[in-house]
Amino acid sequence: MTKQIRQLDRVVIRFAGDSGDGMQLTGDRFTSETAQLGNDISTLPNFPAEIRAPAGTLPGVSSFQVHFADYDILTPGDAPNVLVAMNPAALKANLADLPRGADIIVNTDEFTKRNLAKVGYQASPLDDDSLAGYVVHPVALTSMTVGALAAHQVSKKDAERSKNMFALGLLSWMYSRPFESTLRFLERKFAARPELVAANVAAFKAGWNFGETTEDFAVRYEVKPAKMKPGTYRNITGNAALSLGLVAAGVRSGLPVFLGAYPITPASDILHELSKHKRFGVLTVQAEDEIAAVGAALGASYGGSLGVTTTSGPGVALKSETISLAVALELPLVIVDVQRAGPSTGMPTKTEQADLNMALYGRHGEAPVAVIAPRSPSDCFFAALEAARIALTYRTPVILLSDNYVANGSEPWLLPDVESLPDLRVEFATKPNGDDGTTFLPYLRDPETLARPWAIPGTAGLEHRIGGLEKADKTGDISYDPANHDFMVRTRAARIETIPVPDIEVEDPDGDARVLVLGWGSTYGPIGAACRGVRQRGLSIAQAHLRHLAPMPANLGEVLRSYDKVVIPEMNLGQLAHVIRARYLVDAISYNQVRGLPFTAAELETTLEEVLKNV
Amino acid sequence: MSEPIALKLTAKDFKSDQEVRWCPGCGDYAILAAIQQFMPELNIPRERTVFVSGIGCSSRFPYYMNTYGMHSIHGRAPAIATGLSVSRPDLSVWVVTGDGDALSIGGNHLIHALRRNVNLKILLFNNRIYGLTKGQYSPTSEVGKVTKSTPAGSADAPFNPLSLALGAEASFVGRTIDSDRKHLQSVLRAAAEHEGSAFVEIYQNCNIFNDGAFEQLKDPSTRDDYLIRLEHGQPITFGADGQFCVVHPPGGFGLEVRETSSVRPEEIVVHDATVADPAYAFALSRLPGLDLRNTPIGVFRSVDRPSYDSVVQSQLAAAKATVTETPEQQLAGLLGSGDTWTII
Repeated sequence: MTKQIRQLDRVVIRFAGDSGDGMQLTGDRFTSETAQLGNDISTLPNFPAEIRAPAGTLPGVSSFQVHFADYDILTPGDAPNVLVAMNPAALKANLADLPRGADIIVNTDEFTKRNLAKVGYQASPLDDDSLAGYVVHPVALTSMTVGALAAHQVSKKDAERSKNMFALGLLSWMYSRPFESTLRFLERKFAARPELVAANVAAFKAGWNFGETTEDFAVRYEVKPAKMKPGTYRNITGNAALSLGLVAAGVRSGLPVFLGAYPITPASDILHELSKHKRFGVLTVQAEDEIAAVGAALGASYGGSLGVTTTSGPGVALKSETISLAVALELPLVIVDVQRAGPSTGMPTKTEQADLNMALYGRHGEAPVAVIAPRSPSDCFFAALEAARIALTYRTPVILLSDNYVANGSEPWLLPDVESLPDLRVEFATKPNGDDGTTFLPYLRDPETLARPWAIPGTAGLEHRIGGLEKADKTGDISYDPANHDFMVRTRAARIETIPVPDIEVEDPDGDARVLVLGWGSTYGPIGAACRGVRQRGLSIAQAHLRHLAPMPANLGEVLRSYDKVVIPEMNLGQLAHVIRARYLVDAISYNQVRGLPFTAAELETTLEEVLKNV
Repeated sequence: MSEPIALKLTAKDFKSDQEVRWCPGCGDYAILAAIQQFMPELNIPRERTVFVSGIGCSSRFPYYMNTYGMHSIHGRAPAIATGLSVSRPDLSVWVVTGDGDALSIGGNHLIHALRRNVNLKILLFNNRIYGLTKGQYSPTSEVGKVTKSTPAGSADAPFNPLSLALGAEASFVGRTIDSDRKHLQSVLRAAAEHEGSAFVEIYQNCNIFNDGAFEQLKDPSTRDDYLIRLEHGQPITFGADGQFCVVHPPGGFGLEVRETSSVRPEEIVVHDATVADPAYAFALSRLPGLDLRNTPIGVFRSVDRPSYDSVVQSQLAAAKATVTETPEQQLAGLLGSGDTWTII
């Protein structure tokens, strides 16, 4: 039978199931197939902190949303056009996000009395008219998978577990995805167990063929490749990009990268990734705790490595004393905070931007550090390089504020030419710098960067002692002199404040906007999408996004004051807005959400239109 | 390998230009002088020697050594030194710490450095008191210690630092005394020669807040009867006339002190620091009573175990050995790995 093929410009699909159903892997594979086709993509994984929450319950639902289009997109999409629900819990947990008319593909095998009762369904929603506003496709996913694998030498359990590949096959057929990369992936993943390769491939093909033959799916869709800049791309998550950025910083600086880390969600993937790159001289230590992790990194920096520590908010809190020591020692150190919802353990797998205050101020004494934030998954690569550049050039701790949304989300990344990456080479001190030609002054500064010499152990003639006690200017000797302390405190502040950072750029295609939306970090996508929506309605709005939070761009005050109103959306209770108000005396409007999820473009658009009405 | 060139350094070469600021009469002076005198014999260039400390009186130590040094933060020296040592195997890294620094606020870092067997020489100056904060009881103070923070006597049971180190899988454990320069240097010599973590407890007198804490071990009239001087390969006897000895009583778990005249010579334990089972060194560490009687000093344990540094460095070397490209070529390959697609 010939199926009708319909062209779409964009689609949002959400795969949802139990945390043991393999939804993250399914979403990841669909994303990879979609990337191969050349669509623009943005993804949003959403999973519980529990590794295996009780099966079939609402807290155990894990989902993966992928948005793909034939044009450039900025977010994983507000509302799914298609929901794949592997069980009643997945349906119930996600239904509220679906617009009327959306397609729902349900695994009917899981809609048993017991599973329905677990999530409070009195009767099956498939049997009443509660889903009347949607296009429901009931598919016996599990039993069809098991049936398709009848001739395979796998256990019933392994056969059932292949149902995610059946679902992937069906969706790949529906959206005309190229599937060769998935077949290759399965061969790699199950290389040690050929019977599982065969079973998963068979399940995938069964899903594909089911779509082809069943009457229920009358239409097949195509989304043409997006017009993207020429070059080679790969799909990448923020954590992967950040890891590669750190490896690149090692290559471009010629220094060994040393990572001290303690496992913590959602930052552990960076430790996993970097531990694979020993051939680049990357040394990773899984420390006994967060404090040891940053301590080891600082010790390595002292010895001439690029010391890095990666963590999330609770870990930064523990590292705070050592970061202050690094401020006093004036050594390079990169601290990566993949933010998650707090306080305390909070919601470890959900996103938030509420560590900005901690990054800027969360230390004892006057202990300024540089702070930067990536705006998207692939931007994590460049943010990591920039963090390393500042740390190495200015001999300072740099806090890189990623968050769960960019860390686990993914997008296509136009691979950069290695030679175009910044040159991060540094010079260690090699000889005495005192006027007498024999004395070494460890706190004699470079007049331009205010950085002190980096004299690493092993350098003859430069033996010196450093420590947390206040040091005399130039000599670095212990000093309790009041005037010296005042001078050193101001100098440490000036060291950060005078780091040159690029001016902030404003995007205002109409050129007559009176309202500016200012953001930082991972809100770039949703804000950008909301601004596009506003402009499509014929209104003007300007967008500016901060990468450098300390120091801030020199032109920021001037930019802010040139608009009638400034709106600052943040996934916290207004931390950047506070800073902006205090520094620039600009009466910014703070728009906040702390739901553990990124803003939807639609909500932001509504908010911005409200502001525009009142200008 | 050819003989290394003799550097002909002297104690003076290891003295920094900083004024030493411990209280007059502090045991730290004796330890500093002993170490400055000892360092030249290692024949390690000053620039390849690093002292890392935490916080406390003892932790001022690096300022006075004309080597590389870092006076860090409370309890964290083993962690910082781990990063330095593992990334710079060419350096000789020493940690100077105290009973509060190592066993209280920094206990976690100490035990993990020991279990990993990081190539650090850890010198714990134990004076059984907090000196720099002016006299609170420490984790090695005896039960009932009356101090500013425990006017009714402390309720805490103390740590036995050597037992703790042995429980943490330390490959080298020793003890010495600030006032016995020759012995102190002999233990440091053995520690310096050891590959991996070497943990040395140094009994140190705080003449301001805990004066005389180890007096019985120093007073010529009592010390011979109190101290057990461990010597590898020698039967463990002590006392002014060798009247005491250490035996392993049948049916018991540990070691006990007996009068030498009451046992057959073959019953006397012959000290062997290389015994694989840490139970032996642990039993030695449990001999002293609260009155300091039967206090062994010397090297309790010295066993061969690969250092963390050597394992990590060999993994790095093995990975790097496979590389044939320039770092830039490698990086381009890494960035372009996985599923990529090209848009023309």
